[in-house]
Amino acid sequence: MGASPSISIAIVGSGGAGALTTVNSLLEAASAAGWHGLFTRTMGPQIRGGEAAGLLRLAVHPVECLPDQFDLIIGIDWLNAHRFGGEIKAGPQTLVVSDPRGGEPLPMVAQSGARVVEIPMKEIAKSIKDGRPNMIALGIASRLLGLSIEQVFVPIAKRLAEKGAEAIKASRDGIKAGFDAAAGIDFDAQLAAPNPSDTRRWLLSGNEATALGAIRGGVRFAAAYPITPATEILEWLAPSLAKIGGVLLQAEDELAAINMIIGSSYGGTPALTATSGPGLSLMIEALGLATAAEIPVVVVDVMRGGPSTGIPTKSEQTDLNIAIYGLHGEAPHLVLAPQSVGDCLFTTQWATYLAETLQAPTIVLSDQFMGQSRAAIERPADVAFIGARTVASNISGTYKRYALGSNGVSPMAIPGTPGCQYTADGLTHAETGTPTSGAADHLAQLDKRRDKLDHFNFGDHWASVEGTGDLALITWGSLTGAAREAAGRAAADGFDVRVIAPRLLAPVQPERLAAALEGVKRILVVEQTHSGQFHRYLRAHYDLPAPVRVFNRPGPLPITAGEIHRAITDWR
Amino acid sequence: MSKTSGNPKVSSLNDLLAVAYQIEIDAVERYNVLADQMETHNNPELVKIFRDLARAEGIHGEEIRRLAGDFDVVNHTHQIAKFGRMESPEEAELDSAHYLMTPWHALRLSLAGEKRALAYFTFIVETATDPKVKMMAAEFVEEEAEHVNLVNRLLLRYPPPGDSWAEDLDPPVSQE
Amino acid sequence: MSSVSTRPACKPADYKSDLKPIWCPGCGDSHVLMSFTRAFAQLGLAPEKVAVISGIGCSSRIPAYTNCYGFHGVHGRSLALAAGLKVTRPDLTVVVASGDGDGYSIGGNHFLHACRRNIDMTYVVMDNRIYGMTKGQPSPTTEPEFDTALTPGGTGVAPFHPLVVALASGANFIARCFSGEPNETADVLAEAIKHPGFSFIEILSPCVTFRPDEKEWKDQVRPAAVPATNDQGKAARRLMTDDGFNLGILYRGDRVPFQAAVAAGASDTDLSELEKDFEL
Repeated sequence: MGASPSISIAIVGSGGAGALTTVNSLLEAASAAGWHGLFTRTMGPQIRGGEAAGLLRLAVHPVECLPDQFDLIIGIDWLNAHRFGGEIKAGPQTLVVSDPRGGEPLPMVAQSGARVVEIPMKEIAKSIKDGRPNMIALGIASRLLGLSIEQVFVPIAKRLAEKGAEAIKASRDGIKAGFDAAAGIDFDAQLAAPNPSDTRRWLLSGNEATALGAIRGGVRFAAAYPITPATEILEWLAPSLAKIGGVLLQAEDELAAINMIIGSSYGGTPALTATSGPGLSLMIEALGLATAAEIPVVVVDVMRGGPSTGIPTKSEQTDLNIAIYGLHGEAPHLVLAPQSVGDCLFTTQWATYLAETLQAPTIVLSDQFMGQSRAAIERPADVAFIGARTVASNISGTYKRYALGSNGVSPMAIPGTPGCQYTADGLTHAETGTPTSGAADHLAQLDKRRDKLDHFNFGDHWASVEGTGDLALITWGSLTGAAREAAGRAAADGFDVRVIAPRLLAPVQPERLAAALEGVKRILVVEQTHSGQFHRYLRAHYDLPAPVRVFNRPGPLPITAGEIHRAITDWR
Repeated sequence: MSKTSGNPKVSSLNDLLAVAYQIEIDAVERYNVLADQMETHNNPELVKIFRDLARAEGIHGEEIRRLAGDFDVVNHTHQIAKFGRMESPEEAELDSAHYLMTPWHALRLSLAGEKRALAYFTFIVETATDPKVKMMAAEFVEEEAEHVNLVNRLLLRYPPPGDSWAEDLDPPVSQE
Repeated sequence: MSSVSTRPACKPADYKSDLKPIWCPGCGDSHVLMSFTRAFAQLGLAPEKVAVISGIGCSSRIPAYTNCYGFHGVHGRSLALAAGLKVTRPDLTVVVASGDGDGYSIGGNHFLHACRRNIDMTYVVMDNRIYGMTKGQPSPTTEPEFDTALTPGGTGVAPFHPLVVALASGANFIARCFSGEPNETADVLAEAIKHPGFSFIEILSPCVTFRPDEKEWKDQVRPAAVPATNDQGKAARRLMTDDGFNLGILYRGDRVPFQAAVAAGASDTDLSELEKDFEL
């Protein structure tokens, strides 16, 4: 079998087996060697010692979704793995390496026709001083994937540098033992050689990308209340903001967090907070305040399974409704959605720029899949989207904070500027900001806040529009990668498919979508929801000029490229 | 329960002028606040009365500045004229205002203030050791006595209101 | 210590805007506005360097009646707004205005943490023991037997002691004033602003419309029998036996005010250090 452009591996283990760290090391080693990769974790509900699986896909091209099936599954043990078994699929081509003392492999292994080879990883580990089964597993994985011991040892050595020479030796011995134990195993899948590349590459999670994007966009204040799966954004921001003269303040709850960032922004400092569905629900009232008082803020919602407490550690796309429609009254604002780990950086940066330019709150709908996956990507380019607020100064006469004008954006006075003191207010107000209940003022300000968004030229970043063909896949967020891959498979079959994924969900861009859908005869909407929120959103705001089918499924399982491809072929 | 312990110490003519000036400008502020309140609460008759009172007090204030000559009474006011617990004698208590108050109420309020000012300057006359201070204070006593008489004369024109003066058939309105 | 930017002597009138308050004639809040303007004038603050932040309620209308920068936010969240503002703009003098409903009920949690955080700002709660703006419901400081439409016969629930809560939570300056003594109140407010860290002033401010019985307050208040203490234990004992009418500065602490951790020599625009985290 020839070299494959992509290979995927899952390592399963529990109770301190270190499966996740092992897979992470594989990713680090492979990306250092020049491959791209995407690493996702899946875990049980325990805080420690729970069952866990690291899922990794390596490729010569950027990876934005997991495979339909894994090429290699290593089971250090299978305890309670059925809890997330649905996420690890095998097929007849799959090789499963299992520790005979680790319990029965997942039922799906036997059902899939996968080949099972037993290697006693725990026993081998015991034979090495301070040996650990996950190092054995790492050695096995490296051999089978075509990495050398040296390559995988580099990240391990770095991580263990503080623990001393003995720990380092134990790991190295373990890796070698695993490497040796895998000798003679027949494994056809071989990763094609990486493309030589001069561009700098990065290894980071979607949450980290989000945080850096915000800073690139100009954010210098964050308020933080922890919530899975968003906390890492805030934890990365805490020392990072301090390094550049910014501040992160821990809040007592999400109600405080959202109001703190509004206060910061009112004072002239661009600000952000990050949360998930339950936190966004708490922030909705204040988002209305920011809309009414025209104060820019960025709120990242790393979506998780809902409703209510839901499935905190899994992904879903079900906060679309509350992000767009959740504010009481008429409160148009911005909603953006990144499409991949790397796109988290660009989209959050753009979101910050747009919030500041349009003086409006901006919600960024990321999700657990992107947020907590780690990917090797090209270094994101520096772009010119840095927040530049229109600021008032040198006012003669009465300052009108909410002055009506051509494009709806009125200069904002920053506290400390003499001569333009005003009181920001959630009450409906006149141009000066003075509260009013009059019809003319209410209408004028509603028009102003709507028009400033509707009349803005968002340019081509509003969506990714790719491909030709008369079937259009419309999707968004983390499903974009799987949709692209499905379209690629269809194209390889000679059937062209367009993929349209809006990055800007609000304000809607009906003319642009109409242009993207020119000539389309079938529309397939793909989303990770139970009720079809995205489909209804499209129907409500856009013309869908062709018959529509909807492929929607709620979390926790990601929708794979294979499933989307099947939906396409079913409709040819 | 008022105590005079918080009152500014008057030990010189300049102190007296500064205190007298402060009394007037505090009164101007109070009457203007009351006039604004009456304007917002649709009681035009009272707006006029309070504006007139504010104007009158303002004139008194200007007279004191003229009396002071070159001395910067305004600045000296900042230094010493801080009325404590008793509050400035001519400050009409804002808390005795009412949106339906009648001219009689306003004049009673003003009368109380003038009488307190009269008592205060009388106290200065009785206790001051500096003869110049005594003399000036005595002038102010005469001035305040005239104000008291003026207000009493005005009160003859406005009878006390009936028992239902504060009755409003409409209930309060919740604004937020 | 607030960074106070001074100007040639400002008059209180310089801090008043042209907007005429909607407060009922007789409302204590009118006096409080006077105290604000007198305190700012006393300190010689530039109006544009003062920010008055509020929530929702009659007392929270105050920002627009001043000539300073203002923020009339949503119900109960003024302290959070103020925290975000002050931490990023330490050069501003931040005064937060609230009422007993906005500040102690919906805002109660933020009250605890604002005291704890000890960011340099001054928190003024105009306590009239009622929800005035919404026509007379009991607040956390209303007497349990006070009859209202929402709670016929009274709540039967004991009021809490905001000053005790403030002390226990770490407030660095605690005072009580009465709106009917605007000069005293102005003096205390000026002291509070000057005092570093979180300063809390409860101002008893009668509601003429829904609590006409509060007219008696002017005869019930008195200066506290003892001067302010900086001993938390003493303050706790005094406050626990306080009858709610002792006026003056009751506690002055010496906690160091909140300091945001910012790296020395931090560069606002050079992100290369941050990006090193991700480089392969």
